[in-house]
Amino acid sequence: MPVKVMIPSPLRPYAGKRDSAEFAARTVGEALGHLTTEFGELRKHLFTEDGKLRSFVNVYVNDEDIRYLAKENTPTKDGDTISIIPSIAGGIR
Amino acid sequence: MATTVQPQTGAKPAAGLSNEEILRYSRHLIMPEVGMEGQLKLKNAKVLLIGTGGLGAPLGLYLAAAGVGKLGLVDFDVVDFTNLQRQVTFGTSDVGKPKSEAARARLANLNPDIQIQSFETQLTSANALELFKDFDIIVDGTDNFPTRYLVNDACILLGKPNVYGSIFRFEGQVTVFGMPDGPCYRCLYPEPPPPGLVPSCAEGGVLGVLPGIVGSIQAMETIKLILGRGDNLVGRLLLFDALGMKFRELKLRKNPNCPMCGTNRTIHKLIDYFEFCGVRGEEAPGPTVQVPEITPRELKARLDRGDDLFILDVREPHEYQICNLKGHLLPLGELTRRLHELDTSREIVAHCRSGKRSAEAVDFLRKAGFRKILNLKGGILAWSDEVDPSVPKY
Repeated sequence: MPVKVMIPSPLRPYAGKRDSAEFAARTVGEALGHLTTEFGELRKHLFTEDGKLRSFVNVYVNDEDIRYLAKENTPTKDGDTISIIPSIAGGIR
Repeated sequence: MATTVQPQTGAKPAAGLSNEEILRYSRHLIMPEVGMEGQLKLKNAKVLLIGTGGLGAPLGLYLAAAGVGKLGLVDFDVVDFTNLQRQVTFGTSDVGKPKSEAARARLANLNPDIQIQSFETQLTSANALELFKDFDIIVDGTDNFPTRYLVNDACILLGKPNVYGSIFRFEGQVTVFGMPDGPCYRCLYPEPPPPGLVPSCAEGGVLGVLPGIVGSIQAMETIKLILGRGDNLVGRLLLFDALGMKFRELKLRKNPNCPMCGTNRTIHKLIDYFEFCGVRGEEAPGPTVQVPEITPRELKARLDRGDDLFILDVREPHEYQICNLKGHLLPLGELTRRLHELDTSREIVAHCRSGKRSAEAVDFLRKAGFRKILNLKGGILAWSDEVDPSVPKY
């Protein structure tokens, strides 16, 4: 069973309107690599030009923030869920 | 683990309830988790709502109904007709009135026993600390990044809890920041996204019930903080997906290197949040890219004259269905990929709803070598105002 990547609604327009995608991957970086290869337009929303994860995009493996694990090198195992959590500001006046 | 927020400010606490109040709050009083003790805590609590819109509506209604003794309402905006789809505090007759005042009147009618203060002002670095100091809990229901960072930083500087909620289309996020040992907004998001990379709610839309649900969760967390009951969302980010009807939660950790709440704090006072968020923020005022424009009346005159103009509509297909100027539909997001559909030799007038997205399109196309291209100033909204009122505004 592969790793599931959850795509939040602000990013779905750049991911073929999909809400999730599954990949065989051993690390978070590998899974996000597959994701941005499949959906090229997502790349600039997740990574800086020099390939670093953008600071306002949070990535979790299951319920843990990868910043407190091994960042992009955080290992993943089959059945894990990777969540991309962008900041949203809406409250609507 | 329950955490109680003790009233920090103000006059002598109320020691009892009137018979009328006992009747009003009887469904609270018969619950052992609230009881007389809890109801008095609510009566002595002071809560400041930042924003009285979508999230602020259920917040204000439930906190007033629950008997929170003092409510502050901060909003500089006026009630717009398009707000009524979700901002349930307001009625049709409130359109055009200041939101803070319309909300105050509605909540005062709901509960005349509580004190409600409206602040018809924009929250800024200059007034935030002064506004916050008289309240125990701050509830963030704003709609833009600069204000979110401002609310966070002011709460940390004053040591006040910040009940945070935000929404986008079908999704919501809720948590409690600013508690001792808990994380702050900057621990979660050290930096705001650059302007333009995240669509605003005005562009993205929102299902009306969503702020009702998210704001209600914020109201519940606020009441739990006042009562000191239950497990609050400190250190947990609650995610709500309305389409999938799923709740999930993620662990939020206090960042030891956080510039605001970490051990080596580097931010000691409020800053310029518009600058911090890349000037514009999400809905902050500010010019869009400067491009050559044409007014709706000029466009009408040229079309009437029979000029050969190519009308380029850069909105989304579902917007085209609402109304259109019979232009060629090519959404802004697909422009790069579908550039071949455009003819550089023809004169193009690009438009969207308000003129902002089409300004970006014109800017992009000019850089791509298009020379004869103009932006319709004010978009389809201005066209409806100035040329053809039969075109609906949305």
